[in-house]
Amino acid sequence: MSSPRWIADPLLRVDRLTMRFGGLVAVNDVSFAVGRGDVTALIGPNGAGKTTLFNCLTGFYKPTAGRIAFSPSGLRDESRIEALTASSRRFWRDGGAGLFLLERMPDHEIAKKARVARTFQNIRLFPGMSALENLIIAQHVALTPASGYGFFGLLGLPIYRRAEEKAVAKAEQWLERISLRARANDPAGELPYGDQRRLEIARAMCAEPSLLCLDEPAAGLNNHESAELARLLREIRDRDRVSLLLIEHDMSVVMAISDHIVVLDYGQKIADGAPNDVREDPAVIAAYLGVEEADEAAAEAELERRPPQ
Amino acid sequence: MSAPQPLLSRAFRDGVVAALIVAGLGFPVIAYRAEPDFNNVLTLNARWPLFLTFCALGFALRFLLTLWTARPRPLRAVKAPEAPVRRPWLAPLGLAALIAYPLLMPVLLGPQAALKWVDTFGVQILLYVLLGWGLNIAVGLAGLLDLGYAAFYAVGAYAYALLAPLTGLSFWALLPVSGLFAALWGFCIGFPVLRLRGDYLAIVTLAFAEIVRVVLVNWDVVTHGEQGLFGFPPISFFGLPFIPGPRGFAAHFGLKFAAVHKLIFLYFVVLALALVANFVSIRLRRLPLGRAWEALREDEIACRALGLDTANIKLTAFALGAFFAGIAGCLFALRQGVVSPSSFTFNESATILAIVVLGGRGSQWGVALAAALIVGASELLRQLDFLKMIFGPDFDPAQYRMLLVGLAMVAMMNFRPRGIVSTRQPTITLPAAGVRP
Repeated sequence: MSSPRWIADPLLRVDRLTMRFGGLVAVNDVSFAVGRGDVTALIGPNGAGKTTLFNCLTGFYKPTAGRIAFSPSGLRDESRIEALTASSRRFWRDGGAGLFLLERMPDHEIAKKARVARTFQNIRLFPGMSALENLIIAQHVALTPASGYGFFGLLGLPIYRRAEEKAVAKAEQWLERISLRARANDPAGELPYGDQRRLEIARAMCAEPSLLCLDEPAAGLNNHESAELARLLREIRDRDRVSLLLIEHDMSVVMAISDHIVVLDYGQKIADGAPNDVREDPAVIAAYLGVEEADEAAAEAELERRPPQ
Repeated sequence: MSAPQPLLSRAFRDGVVAALIVAGLGFPVIAYRAEPDFNNVLTLNARWPLFLTFCALGFALRFLLTLWTARPRPLRAVKAPEAPVRRPWLAPLGLAALIAYPLLMPVLLGPQAALKWVDTFGVQILLYVLLGWGLNIAVGLAGLLDLGYAAFYAVGAYAYALLAPLTGLSFWALLPVSGLFAALWGFCIGFPVLRLRGDYLAIVTLAFAEIVRVVLVNWDVVTHGEQGLFGFPPISFFGLPFIPGPRGFAAHFGLKFAAVHKLIFLYFVVLALALVANFVSIRLRRLPLGRAWEALREDEIACRALGLDTANIKLTAFALGAFFAGIAGCLFALRQGVVSPSSFTFNESATILAIVVLGGRGSQWGVALAAALIVGASELLRQLDFLKMIFGPDFDPAQYRMLLVGLAMVAMMNFRPRGIVSTRQPTITLPAAGVRP
């Protein structure tokens, strides 16, 4: 058996990442890799530090220590990573590919240059704007130069009109993929909850990411919607060839689509591997079933055995 | 109809409570008033009739309000939001009316009586429309609460008043310069501040406006303090000055000289520039930049996650808003013929902000309507001299201006909390799925 993709061909590597808030260590010395073309799930009990880790990856937090190396074409050349780390630069770009140290980059630069897109645990659409507008804003980075930073568009030049037509066509295509074509002109905030979740994913995809980070995409969805979501995510991996990293509590979704699972508990990594290996890992079972509860049961049994004083 | 007795008694009880509150609040301010007598000794005058009138008023209003709110109401089906009515004739018609207005006024009223109507009800309202549209970019579209907009207005006015005599350039050349000066200031203030959010921005812009005003008051050498600047070149018709005599505009076109000619020309200049501001806002709204402004207003964090450089996007909105304020300032200087710090107080910023909020943030029509309403109504108050015959010669209706603006705000919050025009038009739409082949 060949080595798994997250070892053979990673596009994101987190090395000894630590995030401290005052005295609280939310993420403690965590290292893992995300395979190119994989669906990687980040799981763990509440408060395990998953969202904090996400916020470090996407630049919303500046990690206290550690390195996050990212390259859409794969992180194979160790010497380049070391050289970039030693330099004071944030990234190297040559042609389409590049090498990025995400912990050095601000949030909007990560989305714009490294092309890591994300969604949020509590949906963050632009509620007053239509579904279509939401998907077009996601293409802002591509559209702005075509609009001549406003000037060509202001003059109504065809170069911008063509670019916008392309953006609309892409948005329309995505609206069809998430079956929201009929509601394209409705304000995003008025869509049903499940539709908003899918629209947020489509919006992130319209930014043409090489890695898509989803923070609890199945939260609040019913069984049918979860199954549809799993189908959409698999399609994103197989058809759009975008790697996925997701935080998820819904184990049916995680087990159905993940190629690789990383388990966090109390800010530390307790397991890392293929779904079947992780499922049987005793540390994971303990974390999920709760060691305390088992202890409690033992303690109660102990009390029952002892006669009251 | 089921139980009229409890309702009446409830209304009565509410009224008594309201009257007691009025009595408690009004006793120290209304019931007694200290006034100096002829020997300059303060005497305490009891004003019980007035006091009792206020109490009775409190009772009556509350009583009626309780009855009104408890009236039986037929159940109404929740109306589905209607498709916006398209009125394509509205804009050309409005424009035609705006163009005809200053030309008709002198014909109808004579050149002397038309002065007031073209100036205060024409040029002044249009200036506020221009200011409102400018501030609308920052407040309405990008959601940046700017409490110091008058500062940029002042920068534009002083830029013209200082540069016109100094450089000898015509006002057409100085108009964009004033705008650029204001935009530059907007940029300088915005650069450090726009990294902050919400309230902080409001406080800093408020402080900045005050700093600008204080500098204008105290920098005597340049700004001539409270007295202000005057005597700078007035507006001219492409080089033809509006003066009596053979070299003037009137003589050149074979007209009889009238002061109103200058105002009519200024009116059209302001109208043209307001339309430019309108065009730019409407166009930008449909461009990535404008969409980014609106997205920023909706959710800043989501914007950053999509790769939008929020600080730069805010800066463009702030600077463009300031640019139009600078343009308006230059036109203000031309209208007044004098610029002084007293024209750029916080009151000015508050009025412009009130126009934008009342009009409906982000709506071009609403802002124009609100400007006409607020400025026009308060000017109309000044014209109500006949009220003096009813209330006595001491009555000055213009003093009730802020009261009316306040009432308009309260009414708006109650009935149209999102402004006169509250519906947002999407910047782009897809045709219904079946329409396309």
